[in-house]
Amino acid sequence: MSLLGLFQWLAETRASVAMAESLWAFPIVESVHVLALCLFLGMATILDLRLLGLVMRDLRVSEVVTRLLPWTAAGFAVMVISGALTFLNAPVRYYENIFFRIKMVALLLAGLNVWVFHSGIWLEVSDWDRDAVAPFRARLAGVLSLVLWACIVVAGRMIAYNWFDKVAN
Amino acid sequence: MSLLPFFQWCEASAVGTAIRNSQWLFPVIEAVHLLGLALMGGVVLVVDMRLMGLGVRRKPVAALAREIEPWLIGTLIVMLTTGLLLYTSEPTKLYYNGAFWMKMWFLASAIIYTFTVRRTVLAADETRVSPAWKTLVALISITLWAGVGIGGRAIGFY
Repeated sequence: MSLLGLFQWLAETRASVAMAESLWAFPIVESVHVLALCLFLGMATILDLRLLGLVMRDLRVSEVVTRLLPWTAAGFAVMVISGALTFLNAPVRYYENIFFRIKMVALLLAGLNVWVFHSGIWLEVSDWDRDAVAPFRARLAGVLSLVLWACIVVAGRMIAYNWFDKVAN
Repeated sequence: MSLLPFFQWCEASAVGTAIRNSQWLFPVIEAVHLLGLALMGGVVLVVDMRLMGLGVRRKPVAALAREIEPWLIGTLIVMLTTGLLLYTSEPTKLYYNGAFWMKMWFLASAIIYTFTVRRTVLAADETRVSPAWKTLVALISITLWAGVGIGGRAIGFY
């Protein structure tokens, strides 16, 4: 089955129809998505800024990460659930939307960045834990994270605009 | 006195007209506003969570608050600037938008609260304020800022 076929099937599901027909579901889910953004990206940004040596230089990197990562993960879980529900609202329309595609690719890259960080330089954190500024590979992960999440947020906001949709809605 | 004439004057201003007549300006400013929101969430939550004994507990509250305050003020400036620009593009529409007024009341309360009560408690000797009070101060801060965020999102749905 093609991706479009899958999305067309999704659009026929009861959950999707319920999301699209409800007057309140979309605004509530969107508001949750925006509030969870503050928790998730707020915490993630602070972790990135610590890697770059811009905040909390007096704390060990591992201290900041272990204290804030559970909150980041919790925020991310809410983002994924509310984001998936938003998507269910109109799967076929989002499929056509260039900003949605950019957002999904950037999300994959952001995930890849986390994986590279955690399976690489992070394993040697004890060597640079107390450094005010983390080593280059860790700083690179921090910068990539900030840039990719900024792209994800901007692209996400732009999904609302259908300038480039093949089928104008 | 009604604020409507002032709102109409803003709408007729060159900046308001330029943003309204551009296809790209409003979405771009709005996207920057949203990026600021994420950072705002981080700098408010990391301190409020610390006040409740969560998050970066190794760092004293007052030291964390002092370090984060420039970030808070910087982010607030970005939010107020982009927010004002968004406002000037459609003031008379906002004048009749209940969510806009809700957001403005929450915003005024949140700013006043942050730089009076919250700031005082953050700078106070930690042993002199009970954990229950600190939690209350943090929860009020989170509630007021969440009200601003929800009000902002609701403007588009109103």
